[in-house]
Amino acid sequence: MASCAIKMENVTKRFGKVVANDHINLELREGEILSLLGENGSGKTTLMNQLSGIYYPDEGQIYVHDKPVTISSPKDAFDNGIGMIHQHFKLVDVFTATENIVLGLDGEGKFDLKAAGEKIRTICEKYGFDIRPEQKIYDMSVSQKQTVEIVKVLFRGADILILDEPTAVLTPQETDKLFDIMRAMKKDGKSLIIITHKLHEVLDVSDRVAVLRKGEYIGDVMTKDANQQSLTDMMVGHSVTLNIDRPMPKDPKPRLELKNLTVYDELGVKRLDDVSFTVMGGEILGVAGVAGSGQKELLESIAGLYPVRSGEIVFHNPQSGKSENLVGKDPLDIKRAGVGMAFVPEDRLGMGLVGSMGMTGNMLLRSYRKGTGLFVDRKQPEKLANSIWKDLEVVTPSTAFPVRRMSGGNVQKVLVGREIAQEPAVLMSAYAVRGLDINTSYTIYNLLTAEKMKGVAVIYVGEDLDVLLELCDRLVVLCGGQVSGVVDARTITKEEVGLLMTQHRKEGA
Amino acid sequence: MAKAAHTTREPVILMSKRGELLPPWKSWGIRVIGFLLSLVVSGIVIMMVSGLNPAAVFATMLDGAVGTTKRSWVTVRDAMTLLCIAVGLAPAFKMRFWNIGAEGQILVGAIASAACMIYLKNLPTLLLIPVMICASLIAGGIWGFFPGLFKARWNTNETLFTLMMNYIAIQLTSFFVALWENPFGSNSVGVINSQNKQGWLPNLLQEGYNKDFGWNVIIVLTVTLIMYLYMNHSKHGYEISVIGDSENTARYAGIRVNRAYVRTIVFSGAICGLAGFVAVSGASHTISTSTAGGRGFTAIIVAWLAQFNSVVMIVFSFLLVFLQKGAQAIASTYNLSQEVSEMITGIILFFLLGSEFFVNYTVHFRGKKVAK
Amino acid sequence: MTIVQLLTLINSAIAFGTVIMLGAIGEILIEKAGNLNLGIPGIMYLGGIGGMIAAFFYELHGGASPVVGLILSFVCSMLFAALGGLIYAFLTITLRANQNVTGLTLTIFGGGVANFFGASLNTLAGGVGQISVPVTSSAYIAYTPLGYMGTFGKLFFAHGFMAYLAIALAIAMRYFLNRTRTGLNLRAVGENPGTADAAGINVTAYKYLAIIVGAAIAGLGGLFYTMDYIKGTWANDGTIEGLGWLAVALVIFATWKPLNAIWGSYLFGFVYWAYLYIPGLSRRSLELFKMLPYVITLVVLIIVSLRKKRENQPPASLGLSYFREER
Repeated sequence: MASCAIKMENVTKRFGKVVANDHINLELREGEILSLLGENGSGKTTLMNQLSGIYYPDEGQIYVHDKPVTISSPKDAFDNGIGMIHQHFKLVDVFTATENIVLGLDGEGKFDLKAAGEKIRTICEKYGFDIRPEQKIYDMSVSQKQTVEIVKVLFRGADILILDEPTAVLTPQETDKLFDIMRAMKKDGKSLIIITHKLHEVLDVSDRVAVLRKGEYIGDVMTKDANQQSLTDMMVGHSVTLNIDRPMPKDPKPRLELKNLTVYDELGVKRLDDVSFTVMGGEILGVAGVAGSGQKELLESIAGLYPVRSGEIVFHNPQSGKSENLVGKDPLDIKRAGVGMAFVPEDRLGMGLVGSMGMTGNMLLRSYRKGTGLFVDRKQPEKLANSIWKDLEVVTPSTAFPVRRMSGGNVQKVLVGREIAQEPAVLMSAYAVRGLDINTSYTIYNLLTAEKMKGVAVIYVGEDLDVLLELCDRLVVLCGGQVSGVVDARTITKEEVGLLMTQHRKEGA
Repeated sequence: MAKAAHTTREPVILMSKRGELLPPWKSWGIRVIGFLLSLVVSGIVIMMVSGLNPAAVFATMLDGAVGTTKRSWVTVRDAMTLLCIAVGLAPAFKMRFWNIGAEGQILVGAIASAACMIYLKNLPTLLLIPVMICASLIAGGIWGFFPGLFKARWNTNETLFTLMMNYIAIQLTSFFVALWENPFGSNSVGVINSQNKQGWLPNLLQEGYNKDFGWNVIIVLTVTLIMYLYMNHSKHGYEISVIGDSENTARYAGIRVNRAYVRTIVFSGAICGLAGFVAVSGASHTISTSTAGGRGFTAIIVAWLAQFNSVVMIVFSFLLVFLQKGAQAIASTYNLSQEVSEMITGIILFFLLGSEFFVNYTVHFRGKKVAK
Repeated sequence: MTIVQLLTLINSAIAFGTVIMLGAIGEILIEKAGNLNLGIPGIMYLGGIGGMIAAFFYELHGGASPVVGLILSFVCSMLFAALGGLIYAFLTITLRANQNVTGLTLTIFGGGVANFFGASLNTLAGGVGQISVPVTSSAYIAYTPLGYMGTFGKLFFAHGFMAYLAIALAIAMRYFLNRTRTGLNLRAVGENPGTADAAGINVTAYKYLAIIVGAAIAGLGGLFYTMDYIKGTWANDGTIEGLGWLAVALVIFATWKPLNAIWGSYLFGFVYWAYLYIPGLSRRSLELFKMLPYVITLVVLIIVSLRKKRENQPPASLGLSYFREER
C-alpha cells in the first residue's frame, strides 16, 4: 500500500539552543508496526510527542492519512485517531480505570460511567486484558497500569498507536504478551509505532525500522533485511565494540554482608524478602531484575535511607579490620562510623543532587560538615568541582550553573564524579547510564572499573542485561524482592539470567 | 471539531523557560519596569476613584513618607519592623515551610515583652531589655515549634496550622489586653510604663525625632546581617537550602531532616517573636491585637520578592513601608480612606509578582506560517 | 440554657456557617483544580463590597424594589469577586506566580478595595457607620411565613434565602465534582495536570474557569455577610478577613468534600457563638473561649494528617504551577 497513516515532513523542534529534532521526515504506512529506534536522547520521544500534541513543532508539516493536519493539542491528536502510550503513565492515581479512560472525552448525552465500564470490559475481553474497570490505579501493578493506557487509546477509537518504550517496565513474559496484543491490533487494521532501544524487540515485533540519531533521521530498513549488527551501526553511526574492559578482580575479600534482609514499605508491602548475599571488595557486583523488584529498596537500605524490618548489613572495614552492623544507622551514623559509602541513586536530581545549586554547591553536599566552625568551606569543593568539570568533560557554563539545567549526561558525571572523589569503600550505583549516550556510558563503565581495581566494592544496578553480563564480575538476580540467584557473570548466559528474573514471581503482587 | 484540510491554526504566543540565567542587571531591569508600570496603573486607579492629578498624588506620597525628618524616621522604624519579620521568615520559606503564622509569632513575642515590662518593671533597664529580648524570642520560638514539629513528624499542612496559630495568638492577645487593661474599662492596655519608660528601648542618638528608633535600626540590621551569614555561609544555612530543594537529597547527605525542620522553624518563629519585641519596646510601647497589623503577611511578600536574600529584603521593606506611608498621606490630604494604601500596595505587588515571570521565561510571538 | 436560647444560638450558627460555607465551597472548587487560593478573604471582601455598591447606588437613586436591589447586588457581588479571581488566575496560571504569595496579595488588595470603597460610601452616606441599604437587605433577610411556625419553623425556615442557596450549592458542587464529565476532568486537572493535558483537557481553561467561578461563589459569602448577617451595613473591622480564613480552614476540615462543609460550617458557627450562652464567663476567659473554633480546626488538621487516608488527602498537585513544555 502506498498510502501513509502518518507522514512527517521536515519536522524540527528546538528546546532553547538544543535541536531535539532536525528536519525529520518519517512515514508510518497503513497497517504496519514501525519501530522507532535510537539511543537515549536521540529525539524519539520528542518526535512522537509532536504527534500526540504534547509539543508543537517549530517547523515542518504533518500528514495523517495523507491529509495535512495541525496537531496543537492532545485533543487534536485524538481527533486524528492518534493515541500515544507514554513511558511515564499519564494516569490519575486516585481515579478508577474507567474514570481514567473516559477522562477528557466529550461524549454525547448523559455521563454514564457504568456504560463506559461495560465498553471497557468488552475491549478487555477482545484482547484478553486483565483489569477491572472499577479498580483504582493506586491498587494496580505496573503492567496493569500500562494496560489501562492501551485501553484508553483503544476506547477513543484510535487507529494509530504510539507506544513509548512500553517494555521497559515489563517482564519478558509480559513483553511477549504485549507483542501478541500489538500483532492482534495490527490484524485489526491499526498502524503502530513502538519506540525502543532494545534490538531484539525491534527484530521480534516490527515490520520496518526507522532510526534516529542525535535528533536526525538516519534512514529506515525492512526488519526482515536487518540484524542486530546492522541496526546497531545505524543507531550509533559506526561499529562499536560492545566489549567492555573487564579485568579479573584482585584479591577479593568480603566487604559487605547482607544477612536475611527484609524490608516493608510505608503501605506495609514487603519489598525485600530474606535477602542475603556478600559484596566483595575489588569486584563489580551486578544487580539484575525487572524494574521494581526491590533494587531501589536494596540500595537505600544499605545507605541507611530505608527502614529495615529485620536482618543485618555487616560492613567489614578494610582499614581497621573491624566489622559493624549498619542496620538501624542513618546516613550520618554510617558516615560517622567511618564507612566510606558512595551512592549514585536512580533519581539523580531527586536524591543525589541539589538541582538549584551549581557544581560547587553539590560538591559541598558530601563535605560541608568538615571543620568544627559554624561556617562552610567552599574552597575545597570549588577545587573539586573544577577538576570534575575538566576531567569528566562536563558541559556547563560555570561551576555555579544550576545542575538542574544541565543535560542528563552531565548531571550524571557530576554525581558520579563527586561520589568517586570520596574515595569510598563501597560504591553503589542505580541505573548509572540511564539516559546517557554511548560515549558517556563508557566513561561511566571505565570509572566504575577503575574503582573496582582500587579495591572498592562496587554494586551496579542495571537494566541492560548485555551490559550487566559484560561489566560485572558476579550478578545478584532479584525477583519480587527475593534473591533468585547469585551467579558468575562471566559464564552465565542472558537467557539464564532472564529466567532467574522471573522465578519465584508471586502473581498479582 | 471540524478540521479544515488546510489549516494555519497555531498557538500565537509561545512561552518557554529561559535557557540560561539572566544577568542581574537584566532581571532587575525587568522588575523595575514592572514596578514603574504598577505606578502608572495605580495612578490611573487613583485618578479614576478620586479625580485627582496622579502627579500631585505621588508628590504627596513622597512628602508623606519622607517629607519631614519625623516622617522619615517613622518610615525607617516601620521598615525595620517589617524587615525583622521578613528576615525571620526567610529560613522557613527557604526550606519550603509556608510559615504564614508570623502574625501570631509577632503577637506572642509582643505579649512576652509587654509582660516583662509590666511584671518586671523594677529591674534595671540594662537587665530588663535583655530579659525582654529573650522572652520574646522564646515565645515566638514556641509558636513556631508546634507547626514545625507536626510538619516534620506527620507532614501536617503547615500553611493552615500556622494560620490557625495566628488566631489563637490573637485571642490570647485579647485575653491579656483584658487582663492588663489600663485604665479599667478602656479595653486597651495604654502606654506601658509611660512614667519611667522601663523596658523602652533607650535613646541612641541625641534628642530628636529619632530618639526612640535608633536602637531598632541597630538591632534589626544586626539580625539581618547575622541572618545573611547564617543563610549563605553557615552549615545550617546550607542544610536549609538542600532541604528546600529536595528532602530526599538531604536525607541522602545525612541531614537529619526532621530535626533541621523543627530547629529552623523555631529559629524563624523566634526572630518573628523578636519583631514583636521591637514593635512593643521600640515603637508603640503598648500591645493590642493590631500590634502585628497584617505585617506578618506583608513580610511574606517581602521575603518572597527578595528571594529570601536578607540584604535585598532591606530594599523591599523600605519600598512597601514607603508605599504605605505615602498612601496614608494621600488619604489624609485628599480626604480618602486609609485603605487606599492597601489597594495600591496590592496593585504594585501584583505587578512585581507578575514581572518574575518575565525574568524566568521568554515569550515569542509567532508569525503566521504559510502551510503548503 | 433555655430552648429559646438554644434556638437563637443555632440560628446564629447557621448564619455564621452560611458565610464560611459559601467561601469554602468556592475554595473547594478552586483547590480541586489544583490551586490553593489564600486570597479567599480578599475575594469575600470584594463580593461584599460589590453587592454593597450596587445596592447603595440603587437605593441612593431612589430604587425601592427589594427584588431589583437583590438582583443588582447579587450580580455585582459575583462580578467583583470573579474579577478578583481573574487577577489571581492570570498571575498564577499564565504568569506562574507563586500561588500562596499571590493569594496573600489578593487578600491585602481585596481588603483594601473593599474598605476603601466602604469608607467612600460612608462619606457619601453622611459619615462613618451611616451606610445602610435597608431595601435590598430586606430581600435578603426575608423568609416565608413558615419561619414563624413555632420552634420547628424557626429552626428550619427562619433564614434568608442564601442560607438555602449555600446548601444547594454544596450539594450541586458535590454532584458536579463526582457525577459529571466536566467534574471528573476538573479533578484530574487538580490531581495530575500532565495527565489531564495528555487526555486532551484544556488545563488552562479549566483552571481559569474553576478559579473564576469559585471566586464568584466565595464572593457570595461576603455578600451574605453584608446583606444578611450585618443587615445591609458596612463594618470596617476586619471581620470578613477572619471569616475568609475560617473558610479556608473549613476546606481542610471538610477534607475537600462539599457535603462535609455543610455540617462543618454550622459546627464552626455553633462553637463561635456558644460563649454567649455559657454562664459565668468573664471577659477574659471569654476571649480564651473564642479560640475554640481555631483549636478544633487544628485538631482536625492534625487528625487528618495522622490518618493518611487516601481519599482525604488534598488534590495531589495542589499549589503547583503547570507548564507543558517543562523538560
